[in-house]
Amino acid sequence: MTQATAPAASSSPPAPPATQKDGRTTQRSLGRRLLARPEVGALIAAIGVYAFFFAVAPSFREAGSLATVLYQASVMGIMALPVALLMIGGEFDLSAGVAVTSSALTAAILSFQLTLNVWSGVIVALVVSLAVGAFNGWLLIKTGLPSFLVTLGSFLILQGSNLAVTKIFTGNVASDSIAEMDGFDQAKSVFASEVSIGGVDFKVTIFYWLVFAGIATWLLLRTRFGNWIFAVGGNRDSARAVGVPVNLTKIALFMGVGAGAWFVGMHLLFSFNTVQSNEGVGNEFLYIIAAVIGGCLLTGGYGSAIGPVIGAFIFGMVNQGIVYAGWNPDWFKAFLGAMLLLAALVNLWVRHQATRR
Amino acid sequence: MDRTFHPRSRRVAPFFALAAASALLIAGCSSESGGKEAEEGGTNASAGKADTPQMTVAMVTHAGQGDTFWDIVRKGAETAAAKDNVKLVYSNDPNAANQANLVQNAIDQKVDGIAVTLAKPDAMKGVIAKAEKAGIPVVGLNSGMDVWQEQGLLSFFGQDETVSGEAFGKKLNETGAKHAVCVVHEQGNVSLEARCAGVKKTFEGETENLYVNGTDMPSVKSTVTAKLKQDTSIDEVITLGAPIALTAVQSVDDAGSKAKVATFDLNKELTDAIKAGTIEFAVDQQPYLQGYLAVDSLWLYKNNGNYSGGGEAPVLTGPAFVDKDNVDTIASFAAKGTR
Repeated sequence: MTQATAPAASSSPPAPPATQKDGRTTQRSLGRRLLARPEVGALIAAIGVYAFFFAVAPSFREAGSLATVLYQASVMGIMALPVALLMIGGEFDLSAGVAVTSSALTAAILSFQLTLNVWSGVIVALVVSLAVGAFNGWLLIKTGLPSFLVTLGSFLILQGSNLAVTKIFTGNVASDSIAEMDGFDQAKSVFASEVSIGGVDFKVTIFYWLVFAGIATWLLLRTRFGNWIFAVGGNRDSARAVGVPVNLTKIALFMGVGAGAWFVGMHLLFSFNTVQSNEGVGNEFLYIIAAVIGGCLLTGGYGSAIGPVIGAFIFGMVNQGIVYAGWNPDWFKAFLGAMLLLAALVNLWVRHQATRR
Repeated sequence: MDRTFHPRSRRVAPFFALAAASALLIAGCSSESGGKEAEEGGTNASAGKADTPQMTVAMVTHAGQGDTFWDIVRKGAETAAAKDNVKLVYSNDPNAANQANLVQNAIDQKVDGIAVTLAKPDAMKGVIAKAEKAGIPVVGLNSGMDVWQEQGLLSFFGQDETVSGEAFGKKLNETGAKHAVCVVHEQGNVSLEARCAGVKKTFEGETENLYVNGTDMPSVKSTVTAKLKQDTSIDEVITLGAPIALTAVQSVDDAGSKAKVATFDLNKELTDAIKAGTIEFAVDQQPYLQGYLAVDSLWLYKNNGNYSGGGEAPVLTGPAFVDKDNVDTIASFAAKGTR
């Protein structure tokens, strides 16, 4: 799977000349090559976290608890996927958190104000979300500004618009409830239903999450577009030199984040009926955290799609595990931070072991 | 521009197609139920208009943006301003230093009165003294029940969070709850902590706090679910804001718990939930009243020298209970977003 443009750390070191026989293996073992995959460190950390909470929190062991952990992880994880792809492509999107709220508000306000079937709102919201993504990408390319700055700008624009537009139309700072409207039940069954397996209710987002992760993996490893993503994130100029459409790739990646924001926004809307306009701020960092714990490099050009899935799962486990363990809630955030750091360190250590010569 | 990215028509066409498709959808797919058409029309409360000369009042709060609670405070203030021929200058900033600056701005503009919240009283002390030195009357609202008098404010309108917590606890005793969890949606917020502490004081059963991330509803939902699963003896969920209460109802359902949900604060979806019986009751500090009275009191002071509470006692706007018995009356007001 290792891409040609991935940094040296991930690609196999050149075999030493045959004359240099000094007892060291000339080729890395299968185990070590396995460890070099971006998501393996995260997987080991995830197993560790799971075992830890399994031991200390009795209620964590139930299947229902796993469904709850998976639910939180999935809502975060669906967004972490396109965010991770974007990071592999060498860019950030700080507007990703509020973009989710924008999408949900667009659908809710449009359907409510014009008294339309909610599906119209859903479709317009998709167009708006994709347009926001395209705008981010286009502005990045046009101006040459770093994505940090461009998306910080769109983050603030979206945050302000969420509030101002909602207030203009509803007179309040939350959207009106659309639960009574045509198409709501149908849309709810698509975006926010539950699937019962063996008496345990799993939220449908969990399955979408895994399917999307599968699609993203296929995209990254089996398509030309996947090669482009690694290439533009690894070295933009040499990618361009060998004919990779850098601009197209980057805009598509930003639009991918838009699509993710739309999907999660629809889930929020149809599971909670209304949306408060101040929601979502700060979540952009959680998506990036999930991607980083999952092995994506902050510098771009390296990572996987399954990594952020594991990263989001670790975050969900730690977040809920602390509650299941019944620890003193005053320390909640401190525990959360410590556990995440620990998970990231295990990840780092495993990768280090793997690339050691 | 990158070379490979020039076919403009190909790039634009899908957008036109999508726009056209959505226009068709909008035209063809109207909803038969709900929506704006079904929303009841209604006029806001209004009591004529004073013919006193126009005065300017600045209201400076510590509200964050887009919070339903503060929106209601502002609506109350605007209604009073319209009635009293007052030009209202509303501003807000959750950061204490910035809030103090906003008060300074109001002093610089030589307003006729200032209404201010004292969520972080020490940070506001200096600038309030300046306002008083400049001869501008200052009233307090919402936060600062303990300090308004020593800072020389004229009057104070609000709810004592501890008192309302205590009333909440007493009400829970009547319902027969035994083990409650108090869901704090903003870690480190003084008034939220005071509410939970008030409940703890009077509630005869056991209570404990749970912290959730109030800006991320799926996370709120899963965390409350996790707590209910961790301790199945919990039979009461106390939330400190209306949107959190509605989410907690889903958590109770997810966890297969028998716990009931009761909450502080109100909004229009919440009144429906009380009607439907999914939420037991809400204690309302009447934010609309806080905004309204603060502005109105400054008008009264200027035009008739009155001050509510006589400078000695705060004017309490809560706790008012909303439950199945009185929800019908209140729901019609809440639907307008003013209760």
